[in-house]
Amino acid sequence: MQLAYTTEEQAFREEVGSFIRDNLPADVRDKVLNGKTMGREDYLRWHRLLYERGWVAPHWPVEHGGAGWTAVQRHIFEDECAEAGAPPVIPFGTTMCGPVIIRFGNDWQKQYFLPKILSGEHVWCQGFSEPGSGSDLASLRTKAVREGDHYIVDGQKTWTTSAHFADWIFNLVRTDPAAKKQEGISFLLIDMKTPGITVRPIVTMDGSAEINEVFFDNVKVPAKNLVGEENKGWTYAKFLLGNERTGIARVGASKRELKKLKEIASNEREGGRPLAASPRFRDKIAALEVELMALEITNLRMIAAMRGGKGPGPESSILKLKGSDIQQRLAELVMEALGPYAMPFQREAMEAGWNEEPIGPDYAAFAAPHYFNNRKISIYGGSNEIQRNVIAKMMLGL
Amino acid sequence: MDFDFSEEQRLLDETVRRLVKDEYDIVKRKSYIAAPEGFSRKLWARYAELGLLGLPFAESEGGFGGSAVETMIVMESFGRGLVVEPYLAAIVLGAGLVSLAGSAAQKRAILPQVASGKRLLAFAHGERQSRYALADVETTASREGGGWVLDGRKGVVLNGDSADTLIVSARSAGTSRERRGITMFLVDTKAKGVGIRGYPTVDGLRAAEVTLESVRVAGDAVLGEPDGAYPVIEHAVDRALAALCAEAVGIMETLNAVTLDYLKTRKQFGVPIGAFQALQHRMADMVVEHEQAKSMAMLAALSADLTDVAERRRVISAAKVQIGKSGRFVGQQSIQLHGGIGMTEEYLAGHYFKRLTMIEQSFGDTDHHLNRFAEVTLPAG
Repeated sequence: MQLAYTTEEQAFREEVGSFIRDNLPADVRDKVLNGKTMGREDYLRWHRLLYERGWVAPHWPVEHGGAGWTAVQRHIFEDECAEAGAPPVIPFGTTMCGPVIIRFGNDWQKQYFLPKILSGEHVWCQGFSEPGSGSDLASLRTKAVREGDHYIVDGQKTWTTSAHFADWIFNLVRTDPAAKKQEGISFLLIDMKTPGITVRPIVTMDGSAEINEVFFDNVKVPAKNLVGEENKGWTYAKFLLGNERTGIARVGASKRELKKLKEIASNEREGGRPLAASPRFRDKIAALEVELMALEITNLRMIAAMRGGKGPGPESSILKLKGSDIQQRLAELVMEALGPYAMPFQREAMEAGWNEEPIGPDYAAFAAPHYFNNRKISIYGGSNEIQRNVIAKMMLGL
Repeated sequence: MDFDFSEEQRLLDETVRRLVKDEYDIVKRKSYIAAPEGFSRKLWARYAELGLLGLPFAESEGGFGGSAVETMIVMESFGRGLVVEPYLAAIVLGAGLVSLAGSAAQKRAILPQVASGKRLLAFAHGERQSRYALADVETTASREGGGWVLDGRKGVVLNGDSADTLIVSARSAGTSRERRGITMFLVDTKAKGVGIRGYPTVDGLRAAEVTLESVRVAGDAVLGEPDGAYPVIEHAVDRALAALCAEAVGIMETLNAVTLDYLKTRKQFGVPIGAFQALQHRMADMVVEHEQAKSMAMLAALSADLTDVAERRRVISAAKVQIGKSGRFVGQQSIQLHGGIGMTEEYLAGHYFKRLTMIEQSFGDTDHHLNRFAEVTLPAG
C-alpha cells in the first residue's frame, strides 16, 4: 500500500503537463478557468491538438487510435488537464458513441465514423432523453419505421447538449412498439443535416444555451446507419452508460474550483478581514475540502481496482453521488462568498471578448450562474436518485 | 500507487480477521467485559503469541517493525468484532510513546515486556480542563534532588486501571497551555501517591481518573526530552487517531452488513423492508459514507509517520473529520433502519453504535479536527 506514483508515472505526468503548457491556447484556457461560454471551435481547437498527439481518445483500443494507457495514466491525464484549465473533450463522440461503434458497429461504420470522431471532423450529440422519458429512459417513443433500405424517424429528443453545433446524433429509437419496452429499441446514427430535423435551443435558468430540443419529422435515415442488430439498442445504451462513468468524480475540476474558492474567499472582506478567516465560512470550505480529499482516494482506489482490466462497476455510482455533491457545494460557496455582488446579472461578461469594466470583482459575474447551472449535475447522467437505486440493486442486492 | 497489501500484510489481515471471528461475538464480548480488568487476559496472551503486541515498534526494540498500515489492519478487524482489549491504550499509545521517545535503556526494559503481554502501559495525559488541547497540561513536575515530584489529576485515562505503568505528562516549565515545557514520566501505578479510580465507559471499555499527590520519581523516569514532550505526544496521538479511524471503519463495515441483512429479512406490509426505496436510498448513502471513511483511514495510515508535521496534521485531522461525519451517519441510520430491535441492549447494533460515537469523542471531535485541518489549509490572514 503506497500512494507514490512510479517513476514512469511521474515522468508521464511531466510529459502531459509540458504538452499542456506548450499547446493549450491561452484564450481557451481563460474561458475554461473563468467559466465563459464555450463554442464549438473552442472545444475543437484543443481536440485537434490532442488528436495530433494521439491523446484524444486514449481509452480506445490501440488499433482504432487509442493510446494504450493504464487506468492510472488516464487518471493522471485527466487530472493534469483539469487542473491546467484544458477544456474537456466533448464526450459524445469519443467516450459514448465511439466505443459503441467499436464494439457493436459494422465495418463501414468503423471505417467511416471512427477517424472522423478522432479528428474532430464530426462533432456528436446524444439522442437519449425525451419529454416523457427521463429516468425511465426505456419508455422512449421516438419511432423508426423500416421502409426499404431506410428508416423513417419521427419524434422528439430533449436536453440534447451540443445539438446546436453537432454534425451527428446517436439516437435511441423504437423499432418494435409491440415488444417489451427494453426489447423494441434500436441504436441509430443520424446526420444532423438530414431534412426534417429541427433544433430548438433551451435556455437554462442561468441564461446559457447549452441544451436543445431536437425534433424529427419524417427523417429518412439509411439502414446502414443502424448499429448492431435491430431491437438490441438497449444493450448498447447500457454499455455506453457504463463507459460514461469513468472520470465521473471530476476530482481534478473540483480541485481547480476549490483553489478558486479559496482565492475568492481570501480576497473578499468581512469586517475588514478576509472572508476566509471568518470561522463559519472557513469551516464550510474546510469541510468540503475533506470530502474532496476522501473522494480523490476513493476514486484512486476504484482506478486501482480497474487495473486488472475490469471495467467500472456499479461502484462508480458512489463517485457520481459524491462528485456531484462536491461540485455543487463548491459553486454554492463561491456564490455565497460574493455576498451582494452575486446579484448583478452580467450575461455579456460571460462571452469571450467582452472587455467593459465588470460590476464588482471580475469573478462576480459567473458565481450565481454557475451555482444555478450546476444544479444539473445531480440530474444528468442518471439522477442521484437513480444512482442510489443502482447501488441498492447492483451492489447490495436489494 | 497501489492499495494492495503486501504478502505479510495479507497474512496479518487473515490472521486477525479469523481470530476476531472465532473469539468475538456479542455474548463472548460481554463475558470479557465482566472480567475484573474489563478485557480478556487470555486473548491478550494470544495477541502476544501472534506478535500483535510488538507490531508497532522495531525489531531491534523487541517488536516486529510494523508501520501504521499494519496497525490499521489490526484495528479495522478489532472494529469489526468490537474488541475490548486495550490495544489502542497500551500498544499504539503506550508502546508508541516509549518507542518514539524512550532511551535505549528504557526501551530495553519496557518494550519486550509489552510485546510479551507482561506489562501494560497507559497514557495519562488529558485533564479535566484540557478537552482536546494536547498542550493544556496543568499537572506539575518539580525537580527534587536528582528526581521529580508530580502533582495533579489526569482524566479519562484509557485502561488506566489495568496498567502497570503510566506515562504521565506534566508541566515542568512554561504556562498552562504552552507547548514548550511539558515532560513525560514513567510512573508505576503502585507508586506512593498515585490514586486510580477505574470505571467503565459507555462503549464497554475501561478508563480511570488518576490523582498524583507528591509522587516521587527518579531522574531516569523521564521519557524523552525534558520540557520537549509536545511534538512526541502529538505524533503518538496522530498515530492513535489513524488507528481509531481504522477501528471506526471496521465498525461501519459490520453495521452496514448487519443492517443490510436486516433489510433483507425483516418483513412489514408483506415484503422485506429493503423493498422500500426510502430505506434503499438510506442504505446506499451508508455504503457511500463507509467507502469515503475507508479511503481516509487508508490515507491516515499512510501519513501517520510523515516527517512533514503540517502535512501529517492536515491528513490525520481530515481523516478524523471524515470518520466523525461518516460514523455518525452510519451509526444513527443503522439504529433507525433496525427500528425497535436496534434500541435494545441485547442486539449488537447498539454496541457498535456506542463505540463509534465514543470514537468521535476521542482525541478530538469533528469540530476540533476541522479547526486543526483549517489551520493548515486556510491559515488566518
